Amino acid sequence: MSERHAYTDYHPRWLRSRPSTYWWLERRAYLSFITRELSSIFIAWFVVYLLLLVRAVSLGDSNYQAFLAWSRHPVVMTLNVVTAFFVLFHAVTWFNLAPKAMVVHLGHKRLPASLISAANYGAWVVTTAFVLWLLLGG
Amino acid sequence: MHKRSAEPLLWLLFSAGGVASAVFVPVLVLLFGLAFPLGWLSPPSYEHMYNLVHHPLTRLVLFGVSVVSLIHAAHRFRFTLYDGLQIKHLNELIGLFCYGGALVLSIWAGYLLWTIG
Repeated sequence: MSERHAYTDYHPRWLRSRPSTYWWLERRAYLSFITRELSSIFIAWFVVYLLLLVRAVSLGDSNYQAFLAWSRHPVVMTLNVVTAFFVLFHAVTWFNLAPKAMVVHLGHKRLPASLISAANYGAWVVTTAFVLWLLLGG
Repeated sequence: MHKRSAEPLLWLLFSAGGVASAVFVPVLVLLFGLAFPLGWLSPPSYEHMYNLVHHPLTRLVLFGVSVVSLIHAAHRFRFTLYDGLQIKHLNELIGLFCYGGALVLSIWAGYLLWTIG
């Protein structure tokens, strides 16, 4: 604020209104932003779930069966359905923005965004196939 | 001399975790969260799981994916709290809660995956 600013009784109110706590409901873009942000909770949950599975396997067959039974519990199942949605949302948005974060140059030319996206999706497909083979085939 | 910020390292780990979780988690959540519980597919036998989980490479990959995914989640959730709830004044407390939680779970992951060998 300048020192020369004349002070009057009719001081205008600050034009900085505090956004509503629910600002992220106002637009689709905001909603998808907050959905992506909230995926973090479900990723953390799934890491814990996976480690509990590993722990159950390390403790013996009966613990593994108990874990599988627990995974059929409606609350756990519901949580995992929601987790699947958020995790897929995270994966797709992550691969789509990858070209913006990864600037790869080949000589003097910048690799096109589509190629970087394709490479990411390719890595996803290969990893998925490998995990499926490890768990179901092999 | 100014103190080096931890932010670049955190963003790097955030990205690593973003890739690791995007690549590994969907298939695992669809299998262990949906396909096996709903009976679409029959879960692997105990012997199969035992051999898989006890393989050093599996444990190493699981540890790496777990740690970077946890840091990724902590970092992103930290900014969710900043932007979503506008509680920037609780900076330190949020950082402690998010990264502290990721650290504790990472130590548990390390302990678990190390001791089952």
